[in-house]
Amino acid sequence: MSAEVVLQTEPVGRRNEHLYFALRNPKVAIGLSLVLALLLLGLIGPLFLSDSPNEYVGPKSEAPSGEYWFGTTYFGQDVFTQFVHGLRSSYLVGTLGGGISFVIGLAVGFTAGYRGGLVDEVLNMITNVVLVLPALAVLIVISSYLEVRGVVTQAVIIGIFSWPWVARAVRAQTFTLANRDYVDLARLTGKRSGQIIVREIMPNMASYLLMSMILLFGGAILFAAMLDFIGLGPANAVSLGTMMQQSMAWSSLHLGLWWWFVPPGLAITLIVGALYITNVGLDEVFNPKLREM
Amino acid sequence: MLELKHVWKSYRVGALGSKRLTAVRDVSIDIAPGEVLSVVGESGSGKTTIGKMVLQLTSVTKGQILLDGEDVTARGHAARKAYYRRVQGVFQDPFSSYNPIFKADRIFETVRESYFADVKRAEWTARVEDVLQGVRLDPGSVLGKYPHQLSGGQLQRMLIARALLLDIKVLVADEIISMLDASTRIDVLNLLGELKERGLGVLFITHDLSLANYISERVVIMRHGAVVESGTTGKVFTDPRHPYSRNLLASVPQLHRKWSDSEAVPEKLEADGDRDLDPAPLTEVDEGHWVAAHP
Repeated sequence: MSAEVVLQTEPVGRRNEHLYFALRNPKVAIGLSLVLALLLLGLIGPLFLSDSPNEYVGPKSEAPSGEYWFGTTYFGQDVFTQFVHGLRSSYLVGTLGGGISFVIGLAVGFTAGYRGGLVDEVLNMITNVVLVLPALAVLIVISSYLEVRGVVTQAVIIGIFSWPWVARAVRAQTFTLANRDYVDLARLTGKRSGQIIVREIMPNMASYLLMSMILLFGGAILFAAMLDFIGLGPANAVSLGTMMQQSMAWSSLHLGLWWWFVPPGLAITLIVGALYITNVGLDEVFNPKLREM
Repeated sequence: MLELKHVWKSYRVGALGSKRLTAVRDVSIDIAPGEVLSVVGESGSGKTTIGKMVLQLTSVTKGQILLDGEDVTARGHAARKAYYRRVQGVFQDPFSSYNPIFKADRIFETVRESYFADVKRAEWTARVEDVLQGVRLDPGSVLGKYPHQLSGGQLQRMLIARALLLDIKVLVADEIISMLDASTRIDVLNLLGELKERGLGVLFITHDLSLANYISERVVIMRHGAVVESGTTGKVFTDPRHPYSRNLLASVPQLHRKWSDSEAVPEKLEADGDRDLDPAPLTEVDEGHWVAAHP
């Protein structure tokens, strides 16, 4: 009886309910603030610093100091300036690459899972073909053929090749959810397939979709860093991956220039790790049964 | 009012739809206003498929479904939406009929969105409370709750209330009480009886003969996708002519009989044959009492 009373006097509106629980979840709060803090640094930082992160501005191989916060490279470039620019392009690759694969994956997965039949078999075949393509090899081939490699082209290439697992998982989930009676009930209310997918099926997968968005975002950043590291990064910009590639190419580890490679490596780890923590917290938010409050 | 004429349903199964599975074979039934028609049969007899076809949740392979003389199969979205104003359904599992992450009263809200977008909120709330009282639910104790906070009986009654918002003529009730406990069952059953008195036609799909006898005037017994016997409940239950009907009746557990006292040996039945062929023809053995030919 007391539980009912509490529920009735709950001061939370229906729409704000998820936000209410999200902001009170420590995992979401910590993860999200880390990601947002680094994003903010990447967005605002370049406005106050030099536009050309590759300029030779200071003494060579200088340790971090008040003037050069993260020290300088072997050639005297400011590591902090490179770092904030690198953050910016990493977030760009993550958003764009992750976004493209998310959209393709969702469209393919929902269509296949909801329609079923022949549509499903054709889409599933395409998905499997893209899935078994050795993405890294293809990316290397494509990247090496491009004359000008920018951050955007890199993101698009990553996006086009990393959607299949999302499509497969969404398809499988949609299969089970589409057979629930509430989907039939929505049809009996005269709803169209698109509305049913968006309003009945998708909210049930919200935490999974957010998770895949987060994983695709992190995955794209990691993939881009990998391409950068083997020398197939953007030729006209600085990214966290190219920073690490440069630092390795000029033996920073042996020379003891730890401030050159630690910040980009740490940033990549922090971004991806914080995204994972956020995701675990969001699962508790979206599933009312997991809430402890 | 609602009429099924020689309805067939077959599904394509297997890789690229290479095989066919026939679920319903040549079924013709009709429901009049103010009548509860029971469709009884074992699992896989095609009774749920019939409900789904009436609700247009699955297509009809062959045959027609008529509502007030008008063919309602395979029409566009707008016509289908209009059809659902007159024909509604309630399903077996109350917990699966509600989207678990939304509050249960959202089922009323979606009806308003689709059909009564111009009705003012205050008036709509009054209407919802009205139908809830009509199904003997206290609006204060069911509104604003999540499905897992309500009982199966409350959820099923809310679904019936939802259908009543639409001024329907036919209600398809697919095993609606099989997942309720015994004490709530009778309440929901009696509710169906009240709907019948209001002039609704109810297609009551069940595997439980005693329920069919309790609530309906006419019963259709199905096996392997085809009708084996149909007629008024009085005639079918006192004088079952088809061996399958006799087996079904003998298998109903009775309050004053122990399992150990039961000596009935089930009659031997025909095996499931080629489902693509026409089923055994029905012959009228008594007024309004039809039985399929059997060996």
